Amino acid sequence: MRLPITAWVSIAHRASGVFIFAGTAVLIWMLDASLKSPESFAELQECLSGALFKLILWAVVSGLIYHSVAGVKHLVADFGIGETMEGGILGARITIGVSVVLILIAGAWIW
Amino acid sequence: MVTSVTSFGRSGLSDWLLQRVSAAILLAYFVFIVVAVWGGVDYASWKALFSQTWVRIFSLLAVLSLAAHAWIGMWAVLTDYLTERLMGTKGNVLRFCFQILCSLTIFVYVVWSIQILWSY
Repeated sequence: MRLPITAWVSIAHRASGVFIFAGTAVLIWMLDASLKSPESFAELQECLSGALFKLILWAVVSGLIYHSVAGVKHLVADFGIGETMEGGILGARITIGVSVVLILIAGAWIW
Repeated sequence: MVTSVTSFGRSGLSDWLLQRVSAAILLAYFVFIVVAVWGGVDYASWKALFSQTWVRIFSLLAVLSLAAHAWIGMWAVLTDYLTERLMGTKGNVLRFCFQILCSLTIFVYVVWSIQILWSY
């Protein structure tokens, strides 16, 4: 589909929102396991050393990062900044750029 | 005027403001958690962190913000794509089912979080 960059950034904001709403179950489950007992904390650490679980966590954290950055763009726009066509395109590019950097840092941190 | 019966605050302006206030709280909590786990944690320090009252209150505030934020966000998505205009009466039925599913999920998240925060 041929869409402007601003449309992709907006669609991805929605998609990531739906995704992390489901992903919250993983995060609450992790909080549960991490606080229940020293044993369950150790089990969670064991879980987190597996590649599949690292991938799931990275996916959820990436969704959170993108949704947060795109959300900040919205808040900035609420103050009337970047409302022009050029501003919108620049904002979309910054959103993608900042997200990619933060997602890569998160990946490096998880692995 | 047609008033929406399934939106969070029953008013677009109220939802608009709540979505932004809850977003700011969730962003602050996200940053707080990243800072807390960045250097690595062991059970004792993690448990000590979450046994402080202010952390529990901040966590519950984040969960309640998520409840409002997710409701408003999912409502916006569902009322855009699962509609009578796009798929006939089936759209209304499908949207209603998904909305029930969302509210049930939110309810579970809230109760589950309260249990984690105050029972361990």
